[in-house]
Amino acid sequence: MSYYKPKFQHPKLPKNELGYTVADYDGAVSTLCAGCGHDSISGAIRNACFLSAIPPHRIAKLSGIGCSSKMPTYFLGKSHGFNSVHGRMPSVATGASVANRDLIYLGVSGDGDTASIGMGQFVHLIRRNVNMTYIVANNGCYGLTKGQDSATADLGSVGKYGVKNPFDGIDLASLAVLQGASFVARSFSGDKEQLEPLIRAAMAHRGFAFIDVVSPCVTFANNVGSTRSYAATRDNLEAMPIDFVPMREEIRTQYKEGSSQTVTLHDGSIIHLHKASRKYKPDSREDALMALQTANRTGKVLTGLLYLDTDSQDLNHTLALATKPLNSLGKDELCPGSRVLKSINEGLR
Amino acid sequence: MQATDTTNPEYFHKVVDCQYACPAHTPVPAYIRLIAQQRYTDAYLINWESNVFPGVLGRTCDRPCEPACRRGRVEAEPVAICRLKRVAADFKDEVADMLPKAGPPNGKKVALIGAGPASLTVARDLAPLGYEVHLYDAQAKGGGFMRSQIPSFRLPESVLDEEIGYILNMGISTVFSTYVDSMAGMLTKGYDAIFVGSGAPRGRDLPKLPGRKEADANIHIGINWLANVAFEHTKEIGKRVIVLGGGNTAMDCCRTSRRLGGEEVNVIVRSPFADMKASPWEKEDAVHEGIPIIDNHVPREFVIEKGKLVGMTFDKVEAIYHEDGRRNLVSTGEDPVFFPCDDVLIAIGQENAFPWIEKETGIRFTSWGTPIINDDETFQSTRKEVFFGGDSAFGPSNIITAVAHGHKAAVSIDLYCQGKNLSKRPPPHVTLVGQKMGIHEWSYDSIPITDERKIVPLEDLKKSLSDRMVEVELGFDVETAFIEAERCLNCDAQTVFTDANCIECDACTDICPTSCITFTQNAPEGELRNKLLVPAENTDQDLYVSGTLPTGRVMVKDEDVCLHCGLCAERCPTAAWDMQMFLYNMAKATPDLVDVK
Ligand SMILES: Cc1cc2nc3c(=O)[nH]c(=O)nc-3n(C[C@H](O)[C@H](O)[C@H](O)COP(=O)(O)OP(=O)(O)OC[C@H]3O[C@@H](n4cnc5c(N)ncnc54)[C@H](O)[C@@H]3O)c2cc1C
Ligand SMILES: Cc1ncc(C[n+]2csc(CCOP(=O)(O)OP(=O)(O)O)c2C)c(N)n1
Ligand code: SF4
Ligand code: SF4
Ligand code: SF4
Ligand SMILES: [Mg+2]
Repeated sequence: MSYYKPKFQHPKLPKNELGYTVADYDGAVSTLCAGCGHDSISGAIRNACFLSAIPPHRIAKLSGIGCSSKMPTYFLGKSHGFNSVHGRMPSVATGASVANRDLIYLGVSGDGDTASIGMGQFVHLIRRNVNMTYIVANNGCYGLTKGQDSATADLGSVGKYGVKNPFDGIDLASLAVLQGASFVARSFSGDKEQLEPLIRAAMAHRGFAFIDVVSPCVTFANNVGSTRSYAATRDNLEAMPIDFVPMREEIRTQYKEGSSQTVTLHDGSIIHLHKASRKYKPDSREDALMALQTANRTGKVLTGLLYLDTDSQDLNHTLALATKPLNSLGKDELCPGSRVLKSINEGLR
Repeated sequence: MQATDTTNPEYFHKVVDCQYACPAHTPVPAYIRLIAQQRYTDAYLINWESNVFPGVLGRTCDRPCEPACRRGRVEAEPVAICRLKRVAADFKDEVADMLPKAGPPNGKKVALIGAGPASLTVARDLAPLGYEVHLYDAQAKGGGFMRSQIPSFRLPESVLDEEIGYILNMGISTVFSTYVDSMAGMLTKGYDAIFVGSGAPRGRDLPKLPGRKEADANIHIGINWLANVAFEHTKEIGKRVIVLGGGNTAMDCCRTSRRLGGEEVNVIVRSPFADMKASPWEKEDAVHEGIPIIDNHVPREFVIEKGKLVGMTFDKVEAIYHEDGRRNLVSTGEDPVFFPCDDVLIAIGQENAFPWIEKETGIRFTSWGTPIINDDETFQSTRKEVFFGGDSAFGPSNIITAVAHGHKAAVSIDLYCQGKNLSKRPPPHVTLVGQKMGIHEWSYDSIPITDERKIVPLEDLKKSLSDRMVEVELGFDVETAFIEAERCLNCDAQTVFTDANCIECDACTDICPTSCITFTQNAPEGELRNKLLVPAENTDQDLYVSGTLPTGRVMVKDEDVCLHCGLCAERCPTAAWDMQMFLYNMAKATPDLVDVK
């Protein structure tokens, strides 16, 4: 087993605006099972951060517990990271985000970590619109603990041990739309062409951006009868392709008239949604819920940007918190002294 | 693009860049691994089977393998393949008993004319089959130019004697000190086949340059002079020497002059320094020995005073390059320059000469004086029982090319003597074996080290220059050799892809350190090369393309900078990628000459 990647790179490996190659966004060599969908998501995150030329040290990776929550070790080796306890990443993320609003927060979680033990925390993250990207690597099972059905497993889906799941699964994307998330998307680990621009858009979005990514567990849920195997996901995939053009970058692709619609984010970046013929517009919660329900009913895996509110207000704004990271405030700003305290107290009398 | 046919051994053969570039297709990575395992004898035997003179070549080879080495495409310098070959030769045990012996007589008799590397290779390949081999040479000892031209400070006589001895001991009848002056005569001697390995023995002169005749006593043709030094007919040279020419012969002439009393030795060459024919390392060695190389000077005349050579004048030129690659040397208009000297060595090239092959033999020649040969596989001349190889076939080249010709000619001679069709060549000997040792373990050191190329230590300069028999290069010690061997990327550990196993999980694409693997829609080659993760601009290197996969895409691997690290296969859940060791041995008249497990 190899624990590190050779240092050699392709001599013509492209560089981004910062002069970094994609290899500069690598992490340690994965210890997940070979072929795990989670590794593809790690690859997509790495590529997305490279393409968007985000300085690695401006990113903080946050996670809970699970194979999925181990992922941050395997990408962005030069970024900050916090591996919290099971289902508690949202509280850590909330704290970090209010303490240092200048970092870009990237949460990575699993369906167990989010939809079972972490469900209570998850919904509050949405409600508060914490400024972060939250990716669930959704394999319908607890991979790390040997593949028990998770709360998102589809009704009737068969796990590796041959037992049919007797419960209806929680659809995290529907939940997020319903709960008021400002950016909701779904994707598939095996579709980097869609996943990468989605991650880039999510990271550019101000507010809570949620991406539910179907991510096959090759070891415990890639069998016949599992609804989240590579084969079943591909068979039922209904993908809405997108492109992401960051602010200041020229638009190179030519779009046929009427074949795409664009959404401009608060920072000037542009999202191109293809297949406009579908008349799908991600600006309506009702339409998003309808589309998701229809897809779920017909056994389809609908992927793409499902809902986006470009005018959302994140937690820091809502609470009018300090405009600078706490660690950049001086002693006098953090502790204004007894005179100020006195005047506050006076104001309350 | 068509899916790659990996059942054709030429596909994987080409991936092993060094071996592919080696004219004799020595399995380079295989012997380098053996060196890392301190199995020097086995490493030597593998070399010996392919290139016949590992000790000689480990010091003198032109090393076409090194510019081809993959390592040179991922970092600054290739693996020191040539000098590792020398390590195998330096540290091996006694091997004489492990080499094949003459086979029981098969009733066939062949003559080999010239005892250079080409003929010696033919002898070695045919003797185990029971051929009666008669080896002719004008010189008193075998070796050809390896003995008469390559100076001892680059190639000690003991190394040459040892490796020529292995061949002569296979029951070869030597007819040395015998110049063959008539091919017609040879054809009446009852040989079943004759191989001509007489080299390109005529050194070019400057017959028309003013003063050439008058100064003759102090003007020497480089290759004749080197032979005279080697055979100890010449023991000294004047204090001031001009060497004309920019090839390897010029480099050997100037360095030998330094050891024979030349104090002020100048190499003077027509072309710019960068265009000189000599290998970069030969130029370096000359410069290291304090020999100025003066470029862009065209000889004008030999200057004579009182009937004796006192120097030469030259015209200064500059090179003008044309779009189509042509080059003109144009006078700078400056006055001619004078260089004083006592002796001049002319080392401006050699040519073929066959004054001893009569027209009536039916052996025909091209207008360049080289024999007309059936093709570069059979080496058969226009007279069917006569074969050519080495420098005699296509003009001056090098030892390893002569060896490669020898192998092919021996195969032809063997087929010819059996009355078989020469164009039906035996296939190469090929094996492809999985290297999996455990779930994620390979039988070779898969992750490459980052050490830079090691430099071979040299003998003290003063000591080197005091005696032409002192070898300049000291060779690697075993510790350095180990590190250098570990630099090899094991390009023979092939990445083998099985379409039916792939579930398109992307793991291989994501892990590959050098971005070799892309899953994409198929397209014509040019288009495909452009849309890979990193465009495949090096068209010398192939694309490995799978059949169509379930999503309608194909797997495309650009072989260019694959590190053979095996990470793709380690991260593949279904063993769609596997690392398989590919051994390729070009066909030889005697198939299994050595036994290395
Ligand atoms: C100065 C110099 C340095 C070189 N250095 C290198 C080097 O470092 N590395 C390298 O790879 N190559 C080197 N070469 C080239 C290399 O020596 C030759 O390419 C190689 O030896 C050719 O081998 P061959 O078998 O064709 O013939 P040769 O080695 O040329 O041998 C031909 C033999 O045939 C004999 N012969 C010729 N005609 C007759 C006849 N009619 N009857 C009997 N015998 C005859 C000659 O005496 C000679 O011994 C060098 C060449 C020169 C001139
Ligand atoms: C508090 C707590 N409860 C239970 C566990 C056991 N546990 C570890 S991982 C895991 C489930 C992980 O599932 P998921 O988030 O879907 O991750 P996956 O491994 O499938 O990617 C559980 C229940 C734990 N580590 N901590
Ligand atoms: S157990 Fe499943 S989820 Fe965990 S690493 Fe293996 S394949 Fe991935
Ligand atoms: S062996 Fe595989 S992972 Fe390693 S460089 Fe080659 S293609 Fe890439
Ligand atoms: S890792 Fe294996 S299964 Fe996955 S895409 Fe590569 S070859 Fe196919
Ligand atoms: Mg899970």
